[in-house]
Amino acid sequence: MTDQTLSQRPHLTDKESTGVIDWSSGPRRFIVLYLPLSLFVLVLLFPFYWMAITAIKPNAELLDFKNHNPFWVTSPTLDNIKKLLFQTDYPQWLWTTMMVAAVATALSLFASVLAAYAIQRLKFKGSNYVGLAIYLAYLVPPSILFIPMATLIFQLGLFDSPMALILTYPTFLIPFCTWLLIGYFKSIPYELEECAMIDGATRLQTLWQITLPLAMPGLISAGIFAFTLSWNEFIYALAFIQSAEKKTVPVAVLTQLVEGDVYHWGSLMAGALLGSIPVAILYSFFVDYYVASLTGAVKE
Amino acid sequence: MAVAAVETRTTYKLDQSWLVRLFDYKPFLIAICLFPAAALLLVFLSYPLGLGIWLSFTDTRIGRPGYFIGLENFESLLSDKVFITSVWNTLLYTSVATIGKFGLGLWLALLLNNNLPFKSLLRAIILIPWIVPTVLSAIAFWWIYDPQFSIISYVLVDVLGWRDTYIDFLGQPWPARFSLIAANIWRGIPFVAISLLAGLQTISPSLYEAAMLDGANAWQRFKHVTFPMLMPILAVVLTFSVLFTFTDFQLVYAITRGGPVNSTHLMATLAFQRGIPGGQLGEGAAIAVAMIPFLVMATLFSYFGLARRKWQQGEDND
Repeated sequence: MTDQTLSQRPHLTDKESTGVIDWSSGPRRFIVLYLPLSLFVLVLLFPFYWMAITAIKPNAELLDFKNHNPFWVTSPTLDNIKKLLFQTDYPQWLWTTMMVAAVATALSLFASVLAAYAIQRLKFKGSNYVGLAIYLAYLVPPSILFIPMATLIFQLGLFDSPMALILTYPTFLIPFCTWLLIGYFKSIPYELEECAMIDGATRLQTLWQITLPLAMPGLISAGIFAFTLSWNEFIYALAFIQSAEKKTVPVAVLTQLVEGDVYHWGSLMAGALLGSIPVAILYSFFVDYYVASLTGAVKE
Repeated sequence: MAVAAVETRTTYKLDQSWLVRLFDYKPFLIAICLFPAAALLLVFLSYPLGLGIWLSFTDTRIGRPGYFIGLENFESLLSDKVFITSVWNTLLYTSVATIGKFGLGLWLALLLNNNLPFKSLLRAIILIPWIVPTVLSAIAFWWIYDPQFSIISYVLVDVLGWRDTYIDFLGQPWPARFSLIAANIWRGIPFVAISLLAGLQTISPSLYEAAMLDGANAWQRFKHVTFPMLMPILAVVLTFSVLFTFTDFQLVYAITRGGPVNSTHLMATLAFQRGIPGGQLGEGAAIAVAMIPFLVMATLFSYFGLARRKWQQGEDND
């Protein structure tokens, strides 16, 4: 039957009859599809290539475009990276950033799992409004919060301490994670939990032994996404941390590696590159989770 | 039989200690579960939001408690040329960057929605600019925009010979503004493209099939099938994008710090400059609070303006 239908529509190619848009084939497909696509990829990736190539260029090549082709490096050097690792506090900044991001993520995940469970599973009067309030909290940007937050941090005596960041990052992590986890909990059949409760499990046991294992993909998505967001955070780290050795990588690269009017582009680029690598590695292992959390957050 | 089962269950429940029963008591459990999130958000989000609005009506400085001075901060801001410039900059930055991001992002999403080899690898590569810390990629742009060693100038002048002089990207107000907008678009494209791609993939192929049987060409299929079906997700992505572009801080702070001569300040960077290094907490808070009406308007506009069409569409189709 299907074959017959297809054969009756000879003007449609295979792909057209399956409904996928297809801009014919051959040269036209190259011009409307592959050419723009490769331009996009080229433009999106070029800054990283430029960052990497600058990081391994010796100064002579870096500042002389007449005699050296700037797109390539003839005598690569690791001096910039060595200088960064052994003559600055860079390892310390990396460690601080990682620690702050990990603790803030763990704290946010803990709070978000409980909150999402309460909102989605323990349905109570007004649970929808609590969900909405959390969604609205996600729409409050850090740019309008950092000044009053700085005074609050000062009053609490947390200024210039990693605790300041650990406690403030959850303000944008919890709304995001909770929202994502509510979506995941929704997709888990409630009957499974009912079974456990009929067998005598308490609600917390149900959460721990039934719901959480099933929501693992959601937890991983939320977790790595929260980690990346904390790693990338800038404005709070800039406003609340003063001592050079306690800064996070994004802030330290911008404020500590720029000395006066002389920009050491080689080590600046090496700093930017090294600071991006941990998230890039994490990303490469969990691409699908990233995409899931990005699109999951948007779809809800 | 049923009675017996209920009885065994009841006795089992009675065996449990009071603590276990307390944690199974629903109102208590709800309170406990909501407590960590609510406490953190109330102390570090709601309270600062209120405090910020209060600060904007005072003359607080760092190290000195302020007094209520009414609307004085806002009045002085209205006659402050730098502030007015920053408002225009923010509006320009948000509108041009949003149009650019959505135009290019939608195009990229449509390209990716084809049958391609290595599709998931391609998708992974495209998301990289969005994953890497903004400040760090901004530093790369800072170097790309260098007046003497810009690679763009090098290509235009020395390779292609289209220009005679190197471009002074960040030294003049208008080139600097557009350089910042270009960097923002670069960073925003992946987010828009991947979210919209997710939306495109949910559109049933049978709709295109039906449109094609009715003789619709590619543009008509896009206009009457793809675009309306994409509207719900487009509305949400647009809301987020406008919100985060409007309050952007990192890119501008990293690339120009508001320079040259305060001409590229956004409201957020100006609030920072006045509030933290400048010490004028009251005035900085007033600038930050001045963003709120714009944000509320932008959110309501992009959400309701587009979401309304979404359910109209939904009624027709479902």
